[in-house]
Amino acid sequence: MASEIVQLSGHIIDSLILPKVLDEIMDLAGTFEILDITIGKRKTDPSRVRLCVEASSPGKLQIILKRIARLGATPVRVQEVVLRRAVKDGVFPSGFYSTTNIPTDIYFRGRWRAVGRIEMDCGILVSAHTAQAQCIPLARVRKGNGIVCGSSGLRVHPLERSRQAQVFQFMGSAVSPEKPKAYLIQRIAHQMRVVQAANQKILVVAGPAVIHTGAGAYLERLIKAGFVNVLFAGNGFATHDIESALYGTSLGVHLARGIPQKDGHDHHMRAINTIRSLGGIRQAVRRGLLTRGVMHACVTHRASFVLAGSIRDDGPLPDVITDMLEAQDAMRRHIPHVGMALMVASTLHAIATGNLLPATVKTICVDINPAVVTKLADRGTFQGIGIVCDSASFLRELILALHL
Amino acid sequence: MNRRLSIVDFRLGGPFNRQTKIDDRKFLSPSTCHLPPEFLMCRPTYYTIAYEINPWMSLKRQANPSKAMRQWQALYDLLTKTLGLRVRLLSPKPGVPDLIFTANAGLMHGCWFILSHFRHPQRQREVPVIERYARRMGWRIKRLPRNFHFEGEGDALWMGQTLVFGFRFRSDAPVHERLSRLLGVSVLPLELVDRRFYHLDTCFCPLSSTSALWFPKAFDRYGRKVIERLVSDLIPVSEADAIRFACNAIVVGRAVVLQQGISRSLQRALTHRGLELYPLDLTEFLKAGGSAKCLALRLE
Repeated sequence: MASEIVQLSGHIIDSLILPKVLDEIMDLAGTFEILDITIGKRKTDPSRVRLCVEASSPGKLQIILKRIARLGATPVRVQEVVLRRAVKDGVFPSGFYSTTNIPTDIYFRGRWRAVGRIEMDCGILVSAHTAQAQCIPLARVRKGNGIVCGSSGLRVHPLERSRQAQVFQFMGSAVSPEKPKAYLIQRIAHQMRVVQAANQKILVVAGPAVIHTGAGAYLERLIKAGFVNVLFAGNGFATHDIESALYGTSLGVHLARGIPQKDGHDHHMRAINTIRSLGGIRQAVRRGLLTRGVMHACVTHRASFVLAGSIRDDGPLPDVITDMLEAQDAMRRHIPHVGMALMVASTLHAIATGNLLPATVKTICVDINPAVVTKLADRGTFQGIGIVCDSASFLRELILALHL
Repeated sequence: MNRRLSIVDFRLGGPFNRQTKIDDRKFLSPSTCHLPPEFLMCRPTYYTIAYEINPWMSLKRQANPSKAMRQWQALYDLLTKTLGLRVRLLSPKPGVPDLIFTANAGLMHGCWFILSHFRHPQRQREVPVIERYARRMGWRIKRLPRNFHFEGEGDALWMGQTLVFGFRFRSDAPVHERLSRLLGVSVLPLELVDRRFYHLDTCFCPLSSTSALWFPKAFDRYGRKVIERLVSDLIPVSEADAIRFACNAIVVGRAVVLQQGISRSLQRALTHRGLELYPLDLTEFLKAGGSAKCLALRLE
């Protein structure tokens, strides 16, 4: 979609110029949004309106703009974006623009340019040579970088709301366990197929409860069927998955029988030790020691994974990135082309991932605790829908809905 | 004084006898006098068809200079002698043949003169001549932004307290807001849709504050609706009358000076309303797409 903001002023109500402009836009297959309107109070007072005109292509937009320019609707003069140099590594210049997760454009050197890798709570770095703009986290800014300051020359594209009933129209609604889950899961399965058909990636963020509840096998099937392209998790998830693959237990509890195994409490430590001795998860799979489980499926079915560490991780596994800034960057590298994010039984990783995602990514948060789902939305991932459900039940239903 | 002056009833509504209280600091102050209006004309000494900038003009259909002079003189005599009006004269200048169409020179309001900015370069050459004259007369000149075109009274006609403004072929729509701000009045912009009626004064003619002549097909449905809402007594003219420039008439009180040869039905419609018609042969000026109204600029 191409869009432009135009302004129209004068005696546009009595002269029917405004309805005429709106009719012209619609007759030429464009759409409009009235951004603001001021109606003159007396007969001699002028009225003023700002419209956002949209068309399916830049060519069609130009035709509309040319036509309505004749009626006096002229594009609003846009100010160039203000750039200031960072004076120190890791410090934005004062008055920097703090980003949202909504697609954003900057007006630089005479035209609108999309900001790449949009992410909330970052700055916008503009390259003086290529004129390209992209989000940059605070810690990654370098002295001398050109950073967008103020709010002139910036525009954000509000997310389109479909007029048809869709599963994502639930966004923003109160999180409640009393939702028709079977229907929701059916729609999510459908959406996964749509995303896959559009050659976009599906990201899964999983917490250790997925393994504890015995749902690892379902996730493994999803990965093997190609429905998971990227997995974000922590040391706990990978450790318990490997523990279950090596010993059949998760935190010492036998997954098949549901009872604690004798001396099972140290299984996860032994699993970590084994992987550390081999050098990593991929090496363990290559040596034939790790033959099943989610992490095994990721390696064998080429699903990328990022394991990010946290305080007092056991081990951790050699694949776990313990430098938080590096972990963020590793996660960021996988974000482009993600069309859907499925967050299952994870609080910290879900919120961290939510903060990395653009608002255009369809996000589903599944947790047994309604507070987690609410928390995700409160931290800014407003596009997400929440399902209050046990992770095993959810994944089992999803497998069935996908006919796996 | 000519005995016919009695038919010119200046008590009728019109811009020259409006007594609107307007803040002089904000707006151009309008005239509050009740005197008969003055006009500005230009003798067609150098009148010729030198270019083609409207569908009426053709280099192959040249004007007859002596006939044109006779026709112009007849109009001048009618205004000055028969109707007893004061007509000022702008000195003709070679190379600017359309200078005779003084109605396009600008818009006079009180002591302010809003100078035109012509769309065609051929007519832009008239501006310095008009400006010099305006300065000599001591008029206070107002210019509109140079990125927009405005062709004076050709596209701006008073309908009671409202200025009706035609745009598209010659004037630009955004000008209406500037005019409104300068004059402190409501300005209604109307889009013209027929190239033959390229100026508003070729298809719309206010007769009083409540009645007007118009050729509806020269406007789109929005414009038609606006005029129908604004004017309670509308007299539509047929296409045959419209192309004889029936709407390009000079109206002073009850006197209507217009091109001869209009239909009987239109004559009846006008006389039925108590108007007195003064038909004139102005065919030489039709060749350039103008008639009576185009030849005289109203000075308040």
